[in-house]
Amino acid sequence: MNLFSAQAIEDVREKQAEWEDGELAAALKSRPEEKPAYETECGIALKRIYTAADVADIPASDLGFPGAYPFTRGAYPTMYRGRPWTIRQVAGFGNPEATNQRYKYMIQTGQTGLSTDFDLPTLLGLDSDNPMAFGEVGRVGVAIDTVDDVDRLFDGIDLEKISVSLTINPSAWVIYAMFVTVAEQRGYDLHKLTGTLQADPLKEYVAQKEWIYPVRPAVRLLRDLIMHSARTTPKINPISLSGYHLSDVGGNALQEIAFIMAFTIAYCEEVIDAGMDIDDFAPRLSFFFISHQDFFEQICKFRAARRVYAKIMSERFKAKMPESMRLRVHVQTAAMSLTKVEHHNNLMRTAIQALGAVLGGCQSMHTNGLDEAFAIPTEEAMKLAIRTQQIIREEINVTSVIDPLGGSYFVERLTSDMETEIWKVLDEVNERGGAIKLVEEGWFQQKLADSAYATFKKIDSGEKISVGVNRYVDETSGSARVHIHPYDDHCTQLQIDRLNAVRTNRDNGRVRRLLQELAQQAESDDINLLPKTIELVKARATLGEICGALRDVWGSYAEPMIV
Amino acid sequence: MTETSTVDQDSNPGADAEVHSPGTIRVLVAKLGLDGHDRGAKIVARILRDAGMEVVYTGLYKSPNEVVNAAIQEDVDVIGVSLLSGSHVPLFRELGRCLREQKAEHIFVVAGGVIPEQDYAALSDSGVDAIVPQEARADLIVTTIRNLIAARGRI
Amino acid sequence: MTAYTSSRQAKRAAYIPSIELLSGVLAGSVPAIARMISRAEGGYAEASDALAEIYRHTGKAHIVGITGVPGAGKSTLVSSLIKAFASDGYKVGVIAVDPSSPFSGGAILGDRVRMNDAAQSCQAFVRSMATRGHLGGLARSTLQAVDILDAAGYSPIIIETVGVGQDEVEVVTAAHTIVVLSAPGLGDDIQAIKAGILEIADIHAVSKCDKPEASATVSALKGMMALGTVKASAGWNPPVLPVSSVSGERIGDLKDGIGQHWAHLQESGELAERQRSMCRTRILGTARHLFQLKFNEDVEEMEKHIQAVVNRDVDPLVAAYRLLGWDSEARVA
Repeated sequence: MNLFSAQAIEDVREKQAEWEDGELAAALKSRPEEKPAYETECGIALKRIYTAADVADIPASDLGFPGAYPFTRGAYPTMYRGRPWTIRQVAGFGNPEATNQRYKYMIQTGQTGLSTDFDLPTLLGLDSDNPMAFGEVGRVGVAIDTVDDVDRLFDGIDLEKISVSLTINPSAWVIYAMFVTVAEQRGYDLHKLTGTLQADPLKEYVAQKEWIYPVRPAVRLLRDLIMHSARTTPKINPISLSGYHLSDVGGNALQEIAFIMAFTIAYCEEVIDAGMDIDDFAPRLSFFFISHQDFFEQICKFRAARRVYAKIMSERFKAKMPESMRLRVHVQTAAMSLTKVEHHNNLMRTAIQALGAVLGGCQSMHTNGLDEAFAIPTEEAMKLAIRTQQIIREEINVTSVIDPLGGSYFVERLTSDMETEIWKVLDEVNERGGAIKLVEEGWFQQKLADSAYATFKKIDSGEKISVGVNRYVDETSGSARVHIHPYDDHCTQLQIDRLNAVRTNRDNGRVRRLLQELAQQAESDDINLLPKTIELVKARATLGEICGALRDVWGSYAEPMIV
Repeated sequence: MTETSTVDQDSNPGADAEVHSPGTIRVLVAKLGLDGHDRGAKIVARILRDAGMEVVYTGLYKSPNEVVNAAIQEDVDVIGVSLLSGSHVPLFRELGRCLREQKAEHIFVVAGGVIPEQDYAALSDSGVDAIVPQEARADLIVTTIRNLIAARGRI
Repeated sequence: MTAYTSSRQAKRAAYIPSIELLSGVLAGSVPAIARMISRAEGGYAEASDALAEIYRHTGKAHIVGITGVPGAGKSTLVSSLIKAFASDGYKVGVIAVDPSSPFSGGAILGDRVRMNDAAQSCQAFVRSMATRGHLGGLARSTLQAVDILDAAGYSPIIIETVGVGQDEVEVVTAAHTIVVLSAPGLGDDIQAIKAGILEIADIHAVSKCDKPEASATVSALKGMMALGTVKASAGWNPPVLPVSSVSGERIGDLKDGIGQHWAHLQESGELAERQRSMCRTRILGTARHLFQLKFNEDVEEMEKHIQAVVNRDVDPLVAAYRLLGWDSEARVA
């Protein structure tokens, strides 16, 4: 069933033709438009005006209702009327205690979920005393070496009550093991633990570039994590499929969604091949997208993504439960849109992007601090960022009506156009042999690098405008000196001292034996590595030791040469 | 600033490639430490190539010592490092130390990425010759490098 | 917007005459070798005496050419070979050639991404080189760079060619042993056939042997050898060796194969023949280059001949004879 009758469409077309010949023609004659053609950031052509005729071919079933297939209009039936989105600002730096303190400050400011950034050595499975960790310990996130660090990180925080998002990737399965071990030690019910791990390996190889192992073993670790988590911590999302990072390296909105859906398909196939039913794990797949600058494109992107995902789950994987088809998304505003020059402008950018995410129906959000383009946000910057979300939520009445832009001729047309383009990419990925193979070959990497360079050229030539940077430049404003979050120089030594203490006090023979057992298990593709990892964590094996044992088995990833 | 005639050759894209000559600037574009953000480094590599320079790209996760060894073998004029991980102060200090230790101080170091102004002096003390701001346009990156080499002369 | 430049005094470094680099090169000093390669690459006139002296110290190294279509995994293979040879105590040199942009003359040289770790851990010398407009899969000065490494005591010296296909064959006359790398699953059975480089192989390597498709590629290659499509020289049948550069699997076989071919060349006396052919090609190639330089420089003389041909006063053959200063009456078409 279509949205409009054939007769109504006919009338609109006729009237539009009259208007074009009349008012429009006259206006164009007296004042030509500023540009010969208009398009979205991702290159979809934009018309001057959209009418019912533009949505005549869209079946009403493609819109549906919120909380029902195909979820175009929202993930839940009541959306923000029932539950506002979670304000989830990410934080992490220094020793676990430093981050713990920041958490307590943010909870007091009204934050409703926690989110942890880890430092690079932790992400890459290196202990703080590894030579490659030089200068990086506790720098871009919190440093974690052993299970005791995770305990310190969540000291005084009730993990049954607040959900925790862990931005952890190649070493995610170890951090998960530490997290559940801490929960167990504190006597929590594992079935009540809520939270999310990022653990999206394919996007690492194409975008964020934090990797340890070759592609296939990394996907296997994710598979093990998804399956173990589904059975023992059913309310934890073991993965957050992260389109955000694809945008961060230059991908446009279509690439963000299409590539992430291609990765989703690859992961689902892995888990299904290992014998798990789609409905037993799909409800816990979660997503992480960007809210970027092109306002309407971004809103339509969220809507199109929900629709595409629902169709993939239903049609390709024959999922039966609606929960398996419901795309839930955490959103972060676009850090790369922020500027160092006139950095206060970043508040406005972020507020508008956040509004877009809300109109697009996000489930949780991180708004960037105005200094996020150049440093870990200060407390003041974080507070302003939280306030931005609170103002949208409480003061401007955009949460009373679900999907308020639904039915807009323009929004529905653009949503549909984006969906079509996403399917085209997914078809191509299929034809070329699937996402894993294409990641190994560098196909996605090349597309993103090309897109990044094209965007740079547009900024360089002034075609893409950045206010204060390449338009309305005020030479006197320059880039303000801002207060930068201080780095604690003692952080590294403290972590190293603690590592030494752990290594002295534990049963080293046992740790060695368990590491050998883990390596043996890794040789076979059929054994889930999580139980052994949890044993290791409890025996106080370090993150670096556990990751290193598997590196010896699988080797390290060698990146393809893509510039 | 004026450029030497040898350097000028690079700004002549149509020039017969066979007569490249002594003027071809060679740059090592490197990622130091564990920072995985390589979008900027790769864009810079393309910009420099399009400006006629030869760019050796190292890939990710390189230690300062490795970068200096590579720069010496490749006999580059410039090491360009983009860092967004906040660990620029210790990493550039180490890079500078390796350059001195290997007597390779004729190689310029140009930094880019996320570098707060308050760290400029520390980087300069470590041997960084120029810092290109994050929002720099292509021509600023290219002229910064050409100017450094013009002032030093060919070696 | 401006870039911040250090207030410290501008860097100064004196130009070291090439002849002064010589002792460093012969003693194996890495910075001296590296600078000398730059001098050869840049065509510095003052470097010619030093290069002549260096040439007198060459002829010891085993030069190995690695070629194959793009995507076959040449850099990864070279990286594995560096490790394999180094663990036997060899001092490995590598010249990796990438194309220059025909538009800007610049280049992105990416082979180090794969080779850097091996270079670092094995103390190998790895140098990336842009073609700078030279065709044939090598740079004009690749062989001079090989000379420098040879004189400095490196062996084997591996030349990794551009990897563009058909015009890659210049490596045949640049190396003693040619390894052609094929990869399974790149579309055709054997991409090298298409590229016309199959015939030049002394050794065939098939990458990604851990993938099931690899065995089909190996059989196809062996089949072609049996049919005589690939001609074997006296006493040497090019072996087909599956390898995995990623896992390092069977790299030892390839390393041994390369060694065996070197032994074969020496024992059969074919080495002398190859050396002569390599020298001949170099003399001709260099002469061609010198001609080109000369005529590029003498613009007026060249213009005169161009105008004559444009005016249809003479045909290009006569003009060429005159350009060379030969008697055009005695010309042979």
